[in-house]
Amino acid sequence: MKLLFKLAARNLLGAGRRTWLNVIVLSFSFIVIIWHKGILDGWDRQARNDMINWEIGSGQFWQSSYDPYDPFSLTEAHSTIPSEFDTIVKNGHMAVILVTQGTLYPSGRIRSILIKGINPEQKVIRIPSSLFNNQKEGIPAIIGKKMATENGIRVGDAITLRWRDIHGTFDANEIKVVSIFDSNVPEIDAGQIWIPLPALQKMLNMSGEATILVSKSAEVSKIVPSGWKFKSSENLLQSITDIIKMKSAGGYVLYIILLSLAMLAIFDTQVLSIFRRQKEIGTYIALGMTRVQVVGLFTLEGSLVSVLASLLAAIYGIPLLALQASRGMSLQGASDYGVALADKIFPFYSLGLILTTLILIIVTTTIVSFLPSRRIAKMNPTEALRGKLQ
Amino acid sequence: MNNQYIISIEGLKKHFLTSGGKFTALNGIDLNIRKSEFTGIVGPSGSGKTTLLNIIGSLDSPSEGKAFVLGRSIGDLNVKQAALLRRSQLGFIFQSYNLLPVYTVFENVEFPLLLMNLTDLQRKKMVMDSLDWLGLSDKVKSKPAQLSGGESQRVAIARAMVKKPQIILADEPTANLDASNSHNILKMMVRLNEEFGTTFIFATHDEKVIGYLKRKITLVDGKIATDETIRN
Repeated sequence: MKLLFKLAARNLLGAGRRTWLNVIVLSFSFIVIIWHKGILDGWDRQARNDMINWEIGSGQFWQSSYDPYDPFSLTEAHSTIPSEFDTIVKNGHMAVILVTQGTLYPSGRIRSILIKGINPEQKVIRIPSSLFNNQKEGIPAIIGKKMATENGIRVGDAITLRWRDIHGTFDANEIKVVSIFDSNVPEIDAGQIWIPLPALQKMLNMSGEATILVSKSAEVSKIVPSGWKFKSSENLLQSITDIIKMKSAGGYVLYIILLSLAMLAIFDTQVLSIFRRQKEIGTYIALGMTRVQVVGLFTLEGSLVSVLASLLAAIYGIPLLALQASRGMSLQGASDYGVALADKIFPFYSLGLILTTLILIIVTTTIVSFLPSRRIAKMNPTEALRGKLQ
Repeated sequence: MNNQYIISIEGLKKHFLTSGGKFTALNGIDLNIRKSEFTGIVGPSGSGKTTLLNIIGSLDSPSEGKAFVLGRSIGDLNVKQAALLRRSQLGFIFQSYNLLPVYTVFENVEFPLLLMNLTDLQRKKMVMDSLDWLGLSDKVKSKPAQLSGGESQRVAIARAMVKKPQIILADEPTANLDASNSHNILKMMVRLNEEFGTTFIFATHDEKVIGYLKRKITLVDGKIATDETIRN
């Protein structure tokens, strides 16, 4: 094998431009595949981190009637906070959220929204709920940047809010915007306002009640109080996982096209090589190589193209990819699509990604190199020595 | 098979299937060659010279009859055994040199030794000895494309002799060379035969080669027409 490596390397480097053309094409495919997969992985990581930090924590308890996709269920989706969680809530290790529908009147317009009450002392999600404590008068409210931009709301604005209490009675009051937070997670931003939990409980006549409990630790999932259901973080991240999967599937088409182009070039080179190098093949056999060794030599020559391509890709790819990983890729306004997408995505290149791509390319190249090389095993060496086409 | 012969052929026939039917290239060859002979198989084109040389070189096998080379029956060797025989005991010189184009002169000559599991040091010494012997020491780093015809054939001879084989098979070795280069090459082969006792078998119809032969076997239509000892 060592001998074949030595000979294959000599032949490959001796072939000059023919080799380097294939190496360049393959290295380009290598970089594009890693870059594209790195972007998707970066997006996946960023979206998961943002959703965990801003929305779902280590899992959520939902009141059994709560269904985020059915606004009509909201009137029923509230229960007393289970006493099992009293200490955790008190320590700030559980965010308690009460959800109801309401109407906001920003700048004389009318806007249907979700009103979310959250306990100010919570330390689970990054909604800056502690700021509620700075506002002593009226109802303080926090909104997301997207909601603020869409409705022209600024910090300090006082806006009329209307809601219905537990008995169906309409009521209205003014809220005062105390902070606008910047998050990539549209599920906690678009079309909603955050106010202190005690204030909302009072407004709705739902003292001590909640719709969602966000846990800081996954450990609490062992206790599921009656009338509540537990949603694990994996379960809650399913939507983003599905989107990434769908994008990855689209990416595979790109990989297949890129790899096919590179493999076509290698296959073509191998076929041409075997035709052009018949005399050489005959000479190898005359000098004492077995046909299997010659097949191995030609296959190895093809495989080494992928090794050279990896080295070349490392030379120009590492600085390029590292630069983009540090600067990120700008996707201004991308969260308008309704998924947790940051304005800038930082690609994530894991060792696993690089190794998988490397193995994929080497294995594919070896197969593509072997297929035409099998012809050598059927060649008549005396005809090959004369360079006669077989 | 008689042990005094390095090559012993009995009733050898070789048929090929062509579009026109069965073609008999060798039709009952009986031949014995002793060690250190300088023998030529001569005859017109299509007489079966190259076919006979290919069978002796274990690149082809007999259709009928027996061909023993260094005590081994060529027809009974499997692909690997045949490759081992060529690797260790046989050297080849071809009409069009068949040098490996991307290798340097040194690497071309070194190639047969790479297949023999020798150390770097052993290989280097053997290659340099061969190249010195053939006056090619200054061409070590040249590529085949940079060599003249005569130089290329000398490299081919160096490659054939570097492993000190018992038999060197030369198929029309002077066909692509001018008279002066042909004589130089042939003189080197004679020297090699005399100094190392290497058995040479040529397939040729070149009168210049015939002039150097010690034994001339003439093939006509796949049969031995004459077998003459020219000089001892």
